[in-house]
Amino acid sequence: MKKILALLLAGCMAFALCACGTPAEPSSQGNQGDNSTASGDTVVIGVFEPLSGDNGAGGKQEVLGMQYANSVTPTVDIGGKTYNVKLEVVDNESSNDKAVSAASNLISKNVSVILGSYGSGVSIAASDTFGQAGIPAMGVTCTNPQITEGNDHYFRICFLDPFQGTVLANFAKEELDAKKVYCLGQLGNDYDQGLMNYFKQAAEGMGIECVVESFPVNNSDFTSYLTSAKNQGADVIFAPTSISYAQLIVKQAAAQGLDIPLLASDTWDSNVILGAAKGTDVDVYVTTFYAEGGNAEFEKGFKEWIKADSTNLTNNGGNDIISAVSVMGYDAYYTALEALKAAGSTNPADVMAALPKVNYTGITGEISFNEEGDANRDSAFVKKSNSETGLWEFVTVQGIKDAK
Amino acid sequence: MSEFLSANLPYLLSGISVGGQYALIAIGYTMVYGILRLINFAHGDVFMVAGLVMVYATASLPIPVSLILVVVVTVALGVLIEKVAYKPLRSAPRMSVMISAIGVSYLLQNCALYFTGGLPQIYPAVPFLSEKIKIGSATTTVVTVITPILTIFLVIVLVTMIKKTKVGMAMRAVSRDFETSELMGIKINNVISMTFAIGCFLAAVGSMLYFTNYNSVIPTSGAMPGLKAFVAAVFGGIGSVPGAVIGAFIIGICENIIKGLGWTEFSDAFTFVLLIVILLVKPTGIFGEKSTDKV
Repeated sequence: MKKILALLLAGCMAFALCACGTPAEPSSQGNQGDNSTASGDTVVIGVFEPLSGDNGAGGKQEVLGMQYANSVTPTVDIGGKTYNVKLEVVDNESSNDKAVSAASNLISKNVSVILGSYGSGVSIAASDTFGQAGIPAMGVTCTNPQITEGNDHYFRICFLDPFQGTVLANFAKEELDAKKVYCLGQLGNDYDQGLMNYFKQAAEGMGIECVVESFPVNNSDFTSYLTSAKNQGADVIFAPTSISYAQLIVKQAAAQGLDIPLLASDTWDSNVILGAAKGTDVDVYVTTFYAEGGNAEFEKGFKEWIKADSTNLTNNGGNDIISAVSVMGYDAYYTALEALKAAGSTNPADVMAALPKVNYTGITGEISFNEEGDANRDSAFVKKSNSETGLWEFVTVQGIKDAK
Repeated sequence: MSEFLSANLPYLLSGISVGGQYALIAIGYTMVYGILRLINFAHGDVFMVAGLVMVYATASLPIPVSLILVVVVTVALGVLIEKVAYKPLRSAPRMSVMISAIGVSYLLQNCALYFTGGLPQIYPAVPFLSEKIKIGSATTTVVTVITPILTIFLVIVLVTMIKKTKVGMAMRAVSRDFETSELMGIKINNVISMTFAIGCFLAAVGSMLYFTNYNSVIPTSGAMPGLKAFVAAVFGGIGSVPGAVIGAFIIGICENIIKGLGWTEFSDAFTFVLLIVILLVKPTGIFGEKSTDKV
């Protein structure tokens, strides 16, 4: 009897394990039901994003932008024929080792073009897989230059880290009057380390002293790092980390009563950070792709769409604050449609050939590609957290002084 | 001197606090090992689940009720894991139980991934514990100060219990000789359940302190603290409660001093180098005895 009970319980646990095999995927396919039942031809756009892991929160928001765009414009005319657009979302788990299998999974689904990913490391890891399959990919908010360097298949619609690092250094110098900056990033993370490096180069060129330190993966105690920053007399802390670490850094800075402003990059532009900074004395500055208030019509529609579905609301962090990555996701979807129209076919090779000449004016500005496959962008928005209202405040549009 | 102290006090405070949290988890490892000779790899994940329970409980319940609920659920989970995953393997080779423990660990992580959707969950602020306090030159939260005091208090209670009560005596007997104590009429299963319950109770308390300090819970939140607590248990001599506590404090403080010295990249490496060194030099740990084992 006891054995049977034990077997039964073990069976229950095994079942629970099986049920966990495909986490969070069903939620991302919420609005595809109508497409699959509709008659007619379908063009598939692959979405390669993290829905779990360190960058899960950001990836989900980026996907939301694409899904909203898909709900607004569910069809596209290619070569005189109307196609339904289907988004095929695959979770790369924010992990470089999972990225390749996620990429292969996408390729097996007959996609014409791929969007993503949030987080540069996974994009770099999956790049070769896309290239070998001959499928064009379009980075939405991944800013590391290596992604598009030396290949023809990866494009992107956002600015790059050398640019962002320089913008941040300019901002630190001009607006925050920084003399010494403490830089903190995750060990072995391409995005963090790359951006810190570019920031350091630019900042040191302007006479700002930089101290660079790194923390190991899964670290959750940042008090010692923040104490070091204070002891070394830094007047700005630059921490371009993933959101889950960012949240801890903000909270622990608040607990320590640290009065040094935190400066960060596009990853920190998330409601999670706003939630962490709300009600504290910590000032957070971020550079980003879009500041709320830029396009009232889009924002109204997007907020209504978010609020109409509880899954979407949860994926957006439980409120209707618009993240810049969602707006970028929205623009990426339309840029992909433009590419499909220009290609006149759903064949990935044609789309790849058409992409370099695509021009599209989106919510975040004009999108066109240079010879490397990168978008031509010359300024970034700077936002500051308001700890009373828990919202972002627009600070300035920061460009690069005496750009080369 | 005072200047040096005021600059470095935050490192020390943080180290003592982290050490206290590791200690509470390490006791769970060391006690289970003492009795079952099992390294319960799922213990760190039980700690994580305690954090998640708190997140979900406070969504609909007041904080004091949630705190009690967290303790009850965590203890129940620990005992359940023992009954389902370890007890049927009691007569199997020790390796099988260990593999089962690893399985439970991944099961808990993946279930957490499923429930949270992979997003970091923000741990609620516990009133009083989350308040700011100023010690000398350092500003910190009350929890940092409470942690070591509470840890030491709980350890004294636990050690007294093991030494003076009947249950404690039974535990010591079982840890010495499994079969003989069974023949002497000790109800082995009750003793083992009790061991898991105590370990999980301490892990639940530890999770409250830990996540109040580092307030975001992700499915892998338990992995690193669990591993470090395990190293602390080995360092102090696995099977020995005071050893685990002292080991945990040493690891917590050293880690933060290393960060303070600027070798931030090596703070984790240090912990594991320590593990290797202790295994090479004194495999039984600081307080471990060669032939006799304590609870």
